[in-house]
Amino acid sequence: MNRVAVVSAGPLTTLQDAGRAGLAHLGVPPSGAFDRNAFALGNHLVGNAPHAAALEATLVAPTLRFAEAAVVAVTGARTALAHGEPIEVTAGATLELGPCRDGVRAYIAVYGGFDAEPVLGSRSHDLLTGLGPPPLRDGDELVVGDAAGEPTPPPPVRMSDVLRIAPGPRDDWFEPEALDILTGTTWRVANASNRVGLRLEGPPLPRLERGELLSEGVVTGALQVPPSGRPILLGPDHPTTGGYPILAVVLHDDVPLAAQLGPGAPVRFALGRGQHSSLGES
Amino acid sequence: MNVRPAGDRAALIELSDNDTARAVARVLAGRAGIVDVVPGHRTVLVTWEGERPPLDDVAPAPVGATGRSAELAVTYDGVDLDDVAGLAGLSREEVVARHTAASYVVAFLGFVPGFAYLLGGDERLRVPRLDTPRERVPAGSVALAGRYSGVYPRATPGGWRLLGRTDALLFDADREPPALLAPGDRVRFVAV
Repeated sequence: MNRVAVVSAGPLTTLQDAGRAGLAHLGVPPSGAFDRNAFALGNHLVGNAPHAAALEATLVAPTLRFAEAAVVAVTGARTALAHGEPIEVTAGATLELGPCRDGVRAYIAVYGGFDAEPVLGSRSHDLLTGLGPPPLRDGDELVVGDAAGEPTPPPPVRMSDVLRIAPGPRDDWFEPEALDILTGTTWRVANASNRVGLRLEGPPLPRLERGELLSEGVVTGALQVPPSGRPILLGPDHPTTGGYPILAVVLHDDVPLAAQLGPGAPVRFALGRGQHSSLGES
Repeated sequence: MNVRPAGDRAALIELSDNDTARAVARVLAGRAGIVDVVPGHRTVLVTWEGERPPLDDVAPAPVGATGRSAELAVTYDGVDLDDVAGLAGLSREEVVARHTAASYVVAFLGFVPGFAYLLGGDERLRVPRLDTPRERVPAGSVALAGRYSGVYPRATPGGWRLLGRTDALLFDADREPPALLAPGDRVRFVAV
């Protein structure tokens, strides 16, 4: 059994897999790799089954020492290691990945996957609830599992700093110009952003006075608007229900782009093809 | 019912009340291709993989109730008991009497795993949330706010008013099912 020593964990490195979809009615967030595409590519490159757990590093990637030979791949944000290709690691080697570039979340996949006790069917750490294996700490030891298997081809990846959205479900809780402000503004990702949500800085999105919304289910990628008018883009560890109206939702294929936006990063939104305001033409 | 888009992999179905929402959720939960079915107060969120499933033909199940019921033993010594009594114009004893007399139904779960929003409480006990939420509410706290009662499954920040505490384990990831309460369950609080 191959063991991997965590020499340096980085500020937030967690195990992530496909997450806990299907349990939202119990209040369990979906969790799972934020940049789904980078995660899938990593497992594909090392020859893993698509559900194998990988490391998700944030801002600074870890330093790892491998007891035995291994095959790894680094995807998502770039690090000091070769990007997007299988890397042969010799027994006893130490990999120092260093700071993330061109994104803030790097994924480290290993042939066999990282093992840990699954919680509710997943090895993902959930930042909101603490479910799943805890974040890595310096001196931890990781175990390589046996999740090698039939990899599926990763989805084609779109690169852009414009995230496509669909209006709704609560665009009728906003002034008519809110959607134009959303799509006409270059937003900045605030420091207080994480896997639960990205807080966006920009002009307030004007809400109608309609009182308090009764709690309703929400999805990853939703742009919920608290009374401040500044939207929060919900990440995979979002609470399953919310009481703030959602002006628009980032399309499923573009959520991974949001995962790579760090503090201060600019981000813009555009209506996706075939998406139009449910308010109709005015 | 009114179906609103929630991105390209989900829809929010608006319904007339919570009973209907739970009934629709029960029908949809079994359908192929559907990933999550999340009842809210008067809504059902549906998420799917691949093609959008048909959602416009959903007839609610005859009943939204599960037939299950739970009794939660509560020590009514919460730090907000006096404030709730003051806001309601009742004595502490009357607050406890009214909170234990009501028969609640689990409207939906959310906020954190296992947190059940309970409807059916006494109208006199409708009190607003705290202006400033507490940074830490202890696990097992029995609380109310607005039209809801609930129990905090774990220590979290929270803005509901605390009436007491229960030893009941609301959520345990190693248990099947992990959540003690499900939408449609009946709940009573019993003072100990």
